[in-house]
Amino acid sequence: MMTCKQASKLISQSLDRPLSWSELMQLKLHLMICGACNRFKKQLNLLRVALQSIRTNMENNSAITLPLAAKARIIDQIESDQQSQ
Amino acid sequence: MHSNVHDWLNEHGDYLYRFALARLKDTHQAEDAVQETMLAAIKHNSFAGDSSVRTWLTGILKHKVVDMQRKLIREQPISDIIDLDAGEESMDDFFDKTGHWLDKPQSFDMPDHALEQSQFLSVLDACMQKLPKKLKAIFMLRDVHEMENENICKELDITPTNAWVMLYRARMVLRKCLEMNWVKG
Repeated sequence: MMTCKQASKLISQSLDRPLSWSELMQLKLHLMICGACNRFKKQLNLLRVALQSIRTNMENNSAITLPLAAKARIIDQIESDQQSQ
Repeated sequence: MHSNVHDWLNEHGDYLYRFALARLKDTHQAEDAVQETMLAAIKHNSFAGDSSVRTWLTGILKHKVVDMQRKLIREQPISDIIDLDAGEESMDDFFDKTGHWLDKPQSFDMPDHALEQSQFLSVLDACMQKLPKKLKAIFMLRDVHEMENENICKELDITPTNAWVMLYRARMVLRKCLEMNWVKG
């Protein structure tokens, strides 16, 4: 029987590579009887979802705007770039 | 002067800036990324019209953001930002000799309530900032920038096994940090 250490390693690796058939079967068997590893798996999934939400929340946060000074600088930069061409 | 740039900046500049900021976490770098995107957009003018202008610009920005992240990584000695010693034994603070959890993972969910949710996300953000330097770079590349493992390995000159071990450890540290610091109200 696979240990929790081995199972949790495979749970993490399943986010990075496809598991082999035998790894999948052994992991499935372990998860059938181990609440702690099931919770670990849920935690990693939640981590993914939460990281995604942090990004989406910021992308949609209209209170954060490109500073006017930066906008002006970008336009200046592009104008001088085009003149030098 | 390309009049498009004014339009692009006015209509999409704020969004592009937030997109960059959400990934680079640094206002100056985010501004630079927007600037690079505008320069590239004019130079190549590859807008095909089969998507929205915003999608097109965001596509360019995405590459710029990853490029900047790479550059930041290259500026540091590689031994400072990767942990090649991370092996089986590096998980000893989580498992006993027989491979059992020392502290069993607890169940926690993403809160439904918006306020609690934003508290949860700021705890996660803080935990991420606290990741050891040797784990943070790879974690950011993989789980924040969602770069392919193959490219990460090339970038950091490590084997896939090294990458898996470090990501495993980074995720383990992060979930533990969340568990300890996220107290349900």
